Amino acid sequence: MKNGSTMGDYQTAQTLETFGFLPKLTQDEIYDQIAYLIANGWTPAIEHEHPSQAYNHYWTMWKLPFFGEQDLEAVAAELEACHRTYPDHHVRLIGYDNYTQSQGVCFVAIEGRA
Amino acid sequence: MAIKTYDAGVKEYRDMYWTPEYVPLDTDLLACFKCTGQPGVPREEVAAAVAAESSTGTWSTVWSELLTDLEYYKGRAYRIEDVPGDKESFYAFVAYPIDLFEEGSIVNVLTSLVGNVFGFKALRHLRLEDIRFPIAYIKTCNGPPAGIQLERDRLNKYGRPMLGATIKPKLGLSAKNYGRAVYECLRGGLDMTKDDENVNSQPFMRWRDRFEFVGEAIQKAQAETGERKGHYLNVTAPDPEQMYERAEFAKEVGSPIIMHDFITGGFTANTGLAKWCRKNGMLLHIHRAMHAVIDRHPKHGIHFRVLAKCLRLSGGDHLHTGTVVGKLEGDRQSTLGYVDQLRESFVPEDRSRGVFFDQDWGSMPGVMAVASGGIHVWHMPALLTIFGDDSMLQFGGGTQGHPWGNAAGAAANRVALEACVKARNQGRELEKEARDILTEAARHSPELAIAMETWKEIKFEFDTVDKLDAA
Repeated sequence: MKNGSTMGDYQTAQTLETFGFLPKLTQDEIYDQIAYLIANGWTPAIEHEHPSQAYNHYWTMWKLPFFGEQDLEAVAAELEACHRTYPDHHVRLIGYDNYTQSQGVCFVAIEGRA
Repeated sequence: MAIKTYDAGVKEYRDMYWTPEYVPLDTDLLACFKCTGQPGVPREEVAAAVAAESSTGTWSTVWSELLTDLEYYKGRAYRIEDVPGDKESFYAFVAYPIDLFEEGSIVNVLTSLVGNVFGFKALRHLRLEDIRFPIAYIKTCNGPPAGIQLERDRLNKYGRPMLGATIKPKLGLSAKNYGRAVYECLRGGLDMTKDDENVNSQPFMRWRDRFEFVGEAIQKAQAETGERKGHYLNVTAPDPEQMYERAEFAKEVGSPIIMHDFITGGFTANTGLAKWCRKNGMLLHIHRAMHAVIDRHPKHGIHFRVLAKCLRLSGGDHLHTGTVVGKLEGDRQSTLGYVDQLRESFVPEDRSRGVFFDQDWGSMPGVMAVASGGIHVWHMPALLTIFGDDSMLQFGGGTQGHPWGNAAGAAANRVALEACVKARNQGRELEKEARDILTEAARHSPELAIAMETWKEIKFEFDTVDKLDAA
């Protein structure tokens, strides 16, 4: 190795799984992900949790999954409503896939204050 | 029932084992062999000989045959087909009654189907191309300890492939230095790291010491990143007793996953280990050393799609499948064919992918496809397109060869992967827009920018892949 001065130092970061290494998604980018989820026939759902509890498998559900919801605006509005109610919490968007019994989409759309 | 009398002597196989009028039962195990006979031997005789020698037959009639109903137990050659573009070989289709096989025993199936028959003198070459396992047999197999869905739930990884790396150099590191390399990869953003297949328990690094240091690396990386991590601790061992001892200790140090080499280790060891993993809540990563000895010759041996099916039944949560990238188009189709066999619940016959039979997997859990070897950030768009979300992408040199080290290399790969997933979900054409997608992502990640610069000279290969994929 030539010289330490040309080398960067990678600082470990607390990240929140999928999309945790990308810059915060813009409102339009979040809409795109909601559209992808709905186009796949998955069910949108929202969960929230205080950052200190984020490692747990279970976060708290915001209402019930929005079965049959086709309107992106409605899903985006629920994300916002959840964030307003729990401003300190992380808010994640989930796409439930009932065929695989898994989640085709799951990422933190709004980060809470640690 | 017709009266049978004992008639000693040698008969032609086709008298008893070539039955073109036979309609296979849903419970039959079906096999497709590519046969290359000795000159002058009729196809029907070769096909019948394969059916006979892999089931009830022997070269001479014996009196004790009359004590049983061989019509019930015999294998039957029921169809012969030309091999496209090959005049000397042909496909023989054989149906075996399910009662020829012990329940849940891949060992028994293979001992019959690819046993003595492969040394049979009337054949120059013989290749087992595909097996249709009846659903009734599949239900007797334990299969993957967890499967794709449960692995995602345990590790909290959704909507994307997972990222891994084999720790390098593969031989010669001390246990503490090895654990350091693991920790650096995991803190940088990889989900998992992997023991190389030939890391077992050598003098320079005994297994127990490796497991202890790697265990600490996993725990520290999890605590610092808030994400779930693992390292495939290779428990492949000289004997089953030591294999289980290592597996128990891997669980004790807190790794969620262990690793086994299913061909060199053998199916008995593999099936036993898979059952142990199911019982102990551990994931099982499967490497495939020695597969090319068996599956590479186009006319002799066993196609990898058969080995992949056997592994899914024997048990494993991940299986190496090759990377496709940089290989021939035919390889891509064939790889997609057996990747389907690992992950789907039903795979229809599709000769363009080398799939000879409909295969119903029922409720058998799926196996993650592992792409590993010679890949780096520029391959990410192609890999995501080819393998989709249910895969493990492993960048060994492509992580640890980063000029800033393992953590930065890991971060570069993670940023590239997530940028590709995001773009795919937005409806962008990944392989066509690969350069733009990665370049945009690198604006927010100096680690990715350096990685793209480091491996840019290999971009020509990437462009070639781009063209193939557009077809």
